[in-house]
Amino acid sequence: MTSEEHLPDDHVDGNALAGPLAEVFTADVTVAQSECAHCGATGPVARLLVYRDAPGLVARCQECGQVVLRYVRTASAAHLDMRGTVTLAFSLAPE
Amino acid sequence: MARATVQGRLGERLRWRTAEVVGRGSEYAEATTLMLKVPDWPGHLAGQHVDVRLTAEDGYSTQRSYSVASTPEPGYLEITVQSLPDGEVSPYLAHDMAVGDLLELRGPVGGWFVWRPEQEEPVLLVAGGSGLVPLMSMIRARGSSGGRTPFRLLYSLRSPAHGLYTKELREGLPGLDVTYLYTREAPEGAKREPGRIVPSDLVDHGWPAEFAPTCYVCGPTAFAEKASAYLVLLGHSPERVRVERFGGTGE
Repeated sequence: MTSEEHLPDDHVDGNALAGPLAEVFTADVTVAQSECAHCGATGPVARLLVYRDAPGLVARCQECGQVVLRYVRTASAAHLDMRGTVTLAFSLAPE
Repeated sequence: MARATVQGRLGERLRWRTAEVVGRGSEYAEATTLMLKVPDWPGHLAGQHVDVRLTAEDGYSTQRSYSVASTPEPGYLEITVQSLPDGEVSPYLAHDMAVGDLLELRGPVGGWFVWRPEQEEPVLLVAGGSGLVPLMSMIRARGSSGGRTPFRLLYSLRSPAHGLYTKELREGLPGLDVTYLYTREAPEGAKREPGRIVPSDLVDHGWPAEFAPTCYVCGPTAFAEKASAYLVLLGHSPERVRVERFGGTGE
């Protein structure tokens, strides 16, 4: 929480990833629990802080501010960099 | 029921759809509600949003996200657009789009900032400006599903002239309490001095943390972060405080 105070206030949050990530995934990634590779914090992707002024979308950990996920869309491809994520956990209804 | 809406999309990649403007509603000078007919629209969950794409004749294309304002239903939705002074998309949508015009949208998307009629706990809605839009969809979804779970809405707005859905909120619904927090100019006789949201607003008009409500906070980023931090300070579990940030609005 504390790191947020040093960041500009035009960022949004992981809710804004729902449309872009739905271009590549059929499950809703924003409700999946992500684990930050830097500090180990877990929580729904919807709670990440998302910066849109880069060429693409940069999602940072709400706790430590480190980059968890990056998404860049060009005219013909989508690039997803997930170096900052240890796991993504999805709840699934029993078969 | 709600699940069917989401699961209907599984296996099908999100695609752009063509929406037709079938009506316009003026909220106040800078805010307009667009009524959209969308063939094959599956309906949405209250709180979800859509991405809207506009393409110029030279091929330049840009997109923005807008929360759905209306009650979930197939084939139809409403979005409310606040025109921003230097906006690239919002002035066009708010002022220039006419009945019969077409626009591209995709969705509904976002499964986290949603309220489902089967939720039984009390609900606290905290809106900053046009952050009211997805929360209004929750209020409407509760109404149309015959819901009885108590809702409280704290709505922070500049002045009485800057209200969204004014008439509908004034008419009210049983079990819905509405509190207006005016930031610049309050109506005559108002007890609260105009000003930004403070923790005592949430104490006086929200739910005690021990009632374990789900709190939905939506608005400009600075507002949403402040209000949600206050809720956590007041003892609400961070897992029960769901936030959607709109970014800076250049207010």
